[in-house]
Amino acid sequence: MEILDLVLLEPIRNILDAPLFFLEVLIGGLMSGVMYALVALGFVLIFKASGVFNFAQGSMVLFAALFFVGFMDAGLPMWLAFLLTLAVMVVLAYAVERMVLRPLVNQPAITLFMATIGITFFLDGLGQAIWGSDVRRLDVGIPEDPIIIADIFINQFDLYAAVICGTLVAALALFFQYTPTGRALRAVADDHQAAMSVGIPLSTVWTIVWIVAGIVGLVAGVMWGAKLGVQFNLSLIALKALPALILGGLTSVPGAIIGGLIIGAGEKVAEVFWGEVLGGAIEDWFAYVLAMVFLLIRPEGLFGEKIIERV
Amino acid sequence: MIYRETGQFKTSYAADQAILRLREDRIGLLVILAIAYVVMPLVASEYWLSTIMLPFLIYALAALGLNILTGYAGQISLGTGGFMATGAFAAYKLATAFPGLDFVVVLVLAGLITAFVGILFGLPSLRIKGFYLAVATLAAQFFLLWLYNKIPWFTNYSASGVISAPTRTAFGIPVTGFEASVTTKYLFVLVVVTLLSLAAKNMTRLEVGRSWMAIRDMDIAAEIIGIRPLTAKLSAFAVSSFYCGIAGALWAFSYTGAVEALAFDIGVSFRVLFMIIIGGLGTILGNYLGAAFIVLLPIFLNNALLGLGMQEAVAMASHLEAMIMGALIVFFLIVEPHGLARLWQILKEKLRKWPFPY
Amino acid sequence: MIDRRTGLALMAGVVAAGLVATAAPAQENVQFIPSLVYRTGPYGPNGEPFANGVADYYNLINERDGGINGIKIVFEECDTQYNNDKGVECYERLKNKGPTGAAVFSPLSTGITYALIERATADKIPIFSMGYGRSDAAYGKVFPYIFNPPANYWSQATSIIKYVAEQEGGLDKLKGKEIALVYHDSAYGKEPIPTLQKLEQMYGFKLSLHPVAHPGLEQKATWLKIGRRVRPDWVLMWGWGVMNSTAIKEAAAVGFPMERFIGNWWSGSENDVKPAGDAAVGYKSANFHGAGANWPVHQDIFKYVYDKGLGAGQRERVGEVLYNRGVTNAMIVVEAIRTAQKIHGVRPLTGAEVRDGFEALNITEERLKELGMEGFMLPLKLSCADHEGGGPVYIQQWDGQKWNKVSDWYYPMRDVVWPMIEESALKYAKEKGITPRDCPQG
Repeated sequence: MEILDLVLLEPIRNILDAPLFFLEVLIGGLMSGVMYALVALGFVLIFKASGVFNFAQGSMVLFAALFFVGFMDAGLPMWLAFLLTLAVMVVLAYAVERMVLRPLVNQPAITLFMATIGITFFLDGLGQAIWGSDVRRLDVGIPEDPIIIADIFINQFDLYAAVICGTLVAALALFFQYTPTGRALRAVADDHQAAMSVGIPLSTVWTIVWIVAGIVGLVAGVMWGAKLGVQFNLSLIALKALPALILGGLTSVPGAIIGGLIIGAGEKVAEVFWGEVLGGAIEDWFAYVLAMVFLLIRPEGLFGEKIIERV
Repeated sequence: MIYRETGQFKTSYAADQAILRLREDRIGLLVILAIAYVVMPLVASEYWLSTIMLPFLIYALAALGLNILTGYAGQISLGTGGFMATGAFAAYKLATAFPGLDFVVVLVLAGLITAFVGILFGLPSLRIKGFYLAVATLAAQFFLLWLYNKIPWFTNYSASGVISAPTRTAFGIPVTGFEASVTTKYLFVLVVVTLLSLAAKNMTRLEVGRSWMAIRDMDIAAEIIGIRPLTAKLSAFAVSSFYCGIAGALWAFSYTGAVEALAFDIGVSFRVLFMIIIGGLGTILGNYLGAAFIVLLPIFLNNALLGLGMQEAVAMASHLEAMIMGALIVFFLIVEPHGLARLWQILKEKLRKWPFPY
Repeated sequence: MIDRRTGLALMAGVVAAGLVATAAPAQENVQFIPSLVYRTGPYGPNGEPFANGVADYYNLINERDGGINGIKIVFEECDTQYNNDKGVECYERLKNKGPTGAAVFSPLSTGITYALIERATADKIPIFSMGYGRSDAAYGKVFPYIFNPPANYWSQATSIIKYVAEQEGGLDKLKGKEIALVYHDSAYGKEPIPTLQKLEQMYGFKLSLHPVAHPGLEQKATWLKIGRRVRPDWVLMWGWGVMNSTAIKEAAAVGFPMERFIGNWWSGSENDVKPAGDAAVGYKSANFHGAGANWPVHQDIFKYVYDKGLGAGQRERVGEVLYNRGVTNAMIVVEAIRTAQKIHGVRPLTGAEVRDGFEALNITEERLKELGMEGFMLPLKLSCADHEGGGPVYIQQWDGQKWNKVSDWYYPMRDVVWPMIEESALKYAKEKGITPRDCPQG
């Protein structure tokens, strides 16, 4: 009984005791969630359009960040560095489509998944072979001092990140909704064969979707790089994005955002209020358990396409 | 010419249902076993046995476990590391609590404990499917490691949380700890792996194995023809975890000798998954080929690159190693998307007709 | 695309080359020292300067002195990527190289150290884990081949608490103070906890523990709790790699004063503070050797190594904290071999012989001066029973450009630490069935 009280009631009492602090944690968690969503978006784009679970998304984030910071350190202005990195990501998308996806067309999902793992190894090696494995500081001029509103403490950097992420999602939504390419992408996502039969070239669509995922990766890389410094560990944030992604549903862009927010807020609140009772450092597994609970209720994720099973 | 079934007639059901129905296959397997059991211990250096063969065999065993779950029963799992850790810590607790216990018994019990844990974390598979199931097994991975790292009881209250394998005997012979020679450790692991491989091969040919495959191919259809998903899926989780648990216990006791929970992190889970995909899902041979690819290739690449005059640029050699590794993974998938085991099958088909293919 | 056959042929070629490559050119009158480093992987940024320091110092000895008393050093790096399996593989690969096998291994990772303790003891090769690894290995009677000078994590924890006490105005002033420990949730990070808990009982401060899961990319929850809730007087950190810079940033974000934030010696390099930018100004960390390139030994490194184009890294990064730690590591190894040569004669020595050198190691003030490292670190003396030496640490502070020494040297509370070491080592011996050996000095 005592243990139950300690695990179930005590943290809730703590929350009620300090509602402002709880709010702070919640807001902080939501902001972290936005940063996860930024990484998760890249996964969703590729999965939606081609059914490939792109393990390399984390490495693409690192790869883009390495090039970006490399160009910046070489003395280029930020916009130029951004454009050049963009060009690199476009080349990468072409290469991936040409050399990996095209020869593997129509293969089972797990084979394609494995192929993206091969890409991961390759990108990690290539990026560091070119730019070295030092930690590089990336300063994109986002202020980092906290602001305090009504005694609630908010990290300014996170606010900027939220705005950038929001803009990115809005831009993606417009792109998908109102451009011919976007419509083609959605058609492919709906049904490969139907899309092909109305004359949409599948390989072009894949290239485009990898380019878009590359751009999302670049933005994520710049934001996370500014936060952590650009280094090999950046590729590991994919693991933090995974529960958000799965919770939201693998095929839904808004799902990635909502999933990120739920995971971010959930894990932070758990760590702060339950961590003490359970021994701390629980946020990693808590994120997955939280996602699992949601999946038990809705097995295709919050916004995923409903799985229809027929014999 | 030399490799074909012509002239080999089966005169009994037993012969017809043998695992290896071709004389050539039987000879081949015997040769491999002879190399593994006799030639390797005599010829191979300590370096080979202790740092190449041991991890290779143990990884192959873990891959076997995962392949039963993923390759045969179609349930994706990224919890392999967590299950291996369960086996390792269960074996450690058993071995230290009952010092007189035979190590074989310790292994089996550790496997059974892991099987039970596996069933627990397999429960969500009844509702969650496909890539989504990965999240449930990842929950197992992160939670189990956290648990062993956090609760001091699991490590017998060691300050750092590292468990160090004591010397234990199997049938009177010390097989773990510093008293056991590398050769003994190697042979012990080899015997365990051989027996468990044989068991796995047979299990996949039994009713339970066929029910796994039915579930994998289409679970709704399997349900309709009278296979209970509950039993099929959970038995797959149990057997798979049993194998992974034993692999984990061997990892801690026979290979490294001292591990902390972090040694079984998510990287291990991914590596085992890579092995079965590269090797071939739903094959037994594939586990060995995949383990060889993922364990041995980087070591060879590294040695090769250093040998080709890259001693001065160790970092570059590592980067190149990763790049070549990645390129080779993609290359092999393009050559044969169904894994290395399929390559062997194709080769066998070709051998049947060689050298007169028409 | 590559044709299948060429691909397979290439593969076969690579594998064959790998097999051939294991045969290394044999040289006779040289001392082989393996170097387990990591220049890649999650902690590559930290391994790189360390490895460069080690390589540069060995090259210095070869170029300036013609080797150790004329015995040239041959060293070979093996990239462990901070991965235990790879570390073990590197160990096995290198342990029999050279005319007399490996002289000593420095695994450069607590995890790899643990994995090698039994192997190395069986192979009679010393493990020199400088300021990391298994703390109770200081007890030489149970761990005859493991050395962890100048101080282990437990000693370091007491030294840091001494500093904190001095800032507060004496050990008796610690009563009622809040001290938070932020640590990497692994074997490494958990090492100081028992010591700190013991000190907590002795001095009546309040310790709170804040584990950070590997690799430590996300610490917002931890720091919200520390900065907004616990509000401790001091924060100590046992971190490594990206965890450090993230912690510094998050600490700054919640407004925790950097002057009261002290990292251990693995949390105080340029790599930890530079990515955090201005936020890190004022951050403190422990250290047991000098920072910067202002010692005579560095001038020699420039003159004999970099001017000849033999430098392992960039010239301007000589003198970074982790570079200097590599130099320190190599210096102690060389001095141990030199001491062993006094015992066993000037010739290439085996691991067991080098072990005797470690146990007789006595780096005095005069010796440090001869080495061009006066004031770089303090004298170090080991013995058969004491494999640690109980060396002192000082506190350094980051000013945005460089690390400055801001405190005196603090010797650890050996009266607290040694009984703990003894107890833990004897427990290990009992578990393993080892009979502690006798040491002449007791």
